[in-house]
Amino acid sequence: MPSSVSLPDLQFIEARARLLDLASFLDRVQRHGQADDYRLHALRAALPLLLSDAPHRVRRILESLSDPSPDPIPAATLQGAFGAPRPPLA
Amino acid sequence: MRYIEPHGHMVSRTTDDYQAMVLAGCAAVCEPAFWAGFDRRTAEGFHDYFLQLTDYEPRRAQKYHLPHYSWLCINPKESEDTALADDVIALIPDLLAKPSVLGIGEIGLNKNSRNELRILEKHLQLAADYDQLVLVHTPHLEDKLKGTRLILDTIRNFSTLRPDRVIIDHVEEHTAPLVLDRGFWAGITLYPESKATPHRAIDMLELYGHQRIWLNSACDWGHSDPLAVPRTALEMRRRGYDAAFIDQILYQNPLQFLSQNPRFKV
Repeated sequence: MPSSVSLPDLQFIEARARLLDLASFLDRVQRHGQADDYRLHALRAALPLLLSDAPHRVRRILESLSDPSPDPIPAATLQGAFGAPRPPLA
Repeated sequence: MRYIEPHGHMVSRTTDDYQAMVLAGCAAVCEPAFWAGFDRRTAEGFHDYFLQLTDYEPRRAQKYHLPHYSWLCINPKESEDTALADDVIALIPDLLAKPSVLGIGEIGLNKNSRNELRILEKHLQLAADYDQLVLVHTPHLEDKLKGTRLILDTIRNFSTLRPDRVIIDHVEEHTAPLVLDRGFWAGITLYPESKATPHRAIDMLELYGHQRIWLNSACDWGHSDPLAVPRTALEMRRRGYDAAFIDQILYQNPLQFLSQNPRFKV
């Protein structure tokens, strides 16, 4: 892996912009009264992983946003995905 | 530079995209059968689609001197109707003789349902019976990790399918090690939002090595970029990788896998 390139020089501004986008998204859904959504809960639950000093943050965040059930579902009643596991219907 | 686009849904792209890809150094494009954005209702509709993939699209690409290859299957999104899926799978053996067909794909799972698994098994049996290469789609977003585990366990039941003749596509950081540790090839798909960005793809090469991995755009009718692979090459250069390394990842690696079918020539 090359070590001669300064990654902060190369990518800090981009990362900063993405952090601000995430913050503005959280502000936006709160302002519009839509923060109580299962996907928002999943996103908030993943944020401590982002702040951790342990490596493999991406893998651990992806795992936290994954369906943890092991078995096939009886039938596919829809085709899309939503980015976070849907809570079971009450 | 030169590269191979091992996964592009060119039926949903414009001729301008073919031109741009060739100008960027594309040496061949491979097109797995996929979901059209709506459910097709008849096997005859699929037969026409397979002819588009195997007859028409290679001619369109040839206008730009770009070799075009394809993979055949019914996509897992359309596998819930098992009667239709059976009829479509029955069409495939005759079409495997077409000179540009590379194998069975992109099969796999979408929502990880029992019927999807049944149709996956039938596709795998077809590949085993006809000694075909296999290209596997893994599910989207929250369904990917579970689906990848189910897929890997299912393939294990087909002892004649060698892992080095199977590529598990759309891996991300949580599934790449599962795939590579079992000896399969892994495909990293470069999507603006829902799969891997160029930054993350390069990170995965650093984390998991650069053997048995290819990069693809999986460009289709959705939010995707037919030039995602050469854009990633540029990002690799910015991060200090030399031209030989980039050529290894973007040209030699897909060439190594795809050349297991002697029809594949660049």
